[in-house]
Amino acid sequence: MERIPILRMGRTLLVTIQLDMHDAHAIQLQEDLSSRIVQTGAKGVLIDISALDVVDSFIARAIANISSMAELLDARCVLVGMQPSVAITLVEMGAKMTGVRTALNVERGMDLLRSVSL
Amino acid sequence: MTTTHMAATDVFRLHGDELGRLWQESLIESGAVGDIRNRGNELKSQAGEFIQLLSDATLNENAADLTSDSWKPVKGFLTQLSESRARQGYTSSQTAMFVFSLKEPLFSVLRRETKDPAELANATWELSTLLDKLGLLTVTAFQETREAFIARQQEEMLELSTPVVKLWDGILALPMIGTLDSARTQVVMETLLQRIVETGSLIAIIDITGVPTVDTLVAQHLLKTVTAIRLMGSDCIISGVRPQIAQTIVHLGVNLQGISTKATLADALALAFERTGRAVTGVQQS
Repeated sequence: MERIPILRMGRTLLVTIQLDMHDAHAIQLQEDLSSRIVQTGAKGVLIDISALDVVDSFIARAIANISSMAELLDARCVLVGMQPSVAITLVEMGAKMTGVRTALNVERGMDLLRSVSL
Repeated sequence: MTTTHMAATDVFRLHGDELGRLWQESLIESGAVGDIRNRGNELKSQAGEFIQLLSDATLNENAADLTSDSWKPVKGFLTQLSESRARQGYTSSQTAMFVFSLKEPLFSVLRRETKDPAELANATWELSTLLDKLGLLTVTAFQETREAFIARQQEEMLELSTPVVKLWDGILALPMIGTLDSARTQVVMETLLQRIVETGSLIAIIDITGVPTVDTLVAQHLLKTVTAIRLMGSDCIISGVRPQIAQTIVHLGVNLQGISTKATLADALALAFERTGRAVTGVQQS
């Protein structure tokens, strides 16, 4: 199974999800990301889901979990690039993802990370 | 039955021209024409074509069965005629009269040509039923065209009623007008979210000044829209909350806490400026 790549940029970790995300990918990402945060001592995590057209309730919860996990490890997490259709579906499903920071695109997300993690 | 078939066929085939002429006169008299534009050649060709098609169709063996293939050209002609009349603004009765007014000249010709009373009665009955069916067909086609019209207009209104305007760099506004139902909210949500992505806006202002009533369902829809906007990484301000609406919302027990609400669009814009780190100042006039 392909892994979702985690890139390091200074004290920030970048996760760009480019493939169709399955449940196994999400679980793998949780494990990989938590160990990488500890390894690198990252202060921020940016997850880009702009390429995702379909997000189901499991993936949504996994992302919310990743976010709170990162906070526990003292890294701020920002979710960027959610498609309008995905946002509508999540709202209709009742997945509010409270506590997850969101931004429109990567640039805005980096700005937000800089402002909250400094 | 055979004799009446013969009569019907004969009437259309042998006296087609005479029928056409008489029919045109009665059409104009009955007012089914409506407009002077239609009186000249168009009516003549329509009447002639219809009689021609009728005589072709009645030639066929299973002429009594309107669902058979031989009636297709007649039905096609009538449908087309009704559609064009619906578009030109005729009433449904005027359209139906086009067919029904054929009865008068048809029966007078039939009376003249048929000597035997029983045969005449049979032929009259058969032709009358036939024309009734064809008349109903025109009404149905007319209604279908009108309904398609209304559906299209509703769609257009839906599009017109959800304009997303850019107030400032990074600030969008959506002035909502009219009642909010599920279908409209869906369209509103989609257009707004799409525009947020396109323009990279940080703040969207939903102005509900033009929404006459807010009930729990509308409040629910608003909450959904706000949540979706937040999920995308923007924020939302609701403006145009009138005193009565504020009272209704409180009485209904709807929880809008956590959402910025403002009384006017101007207040909302001021808040949006503040959040994006802008300020409006006056300029000293010289």
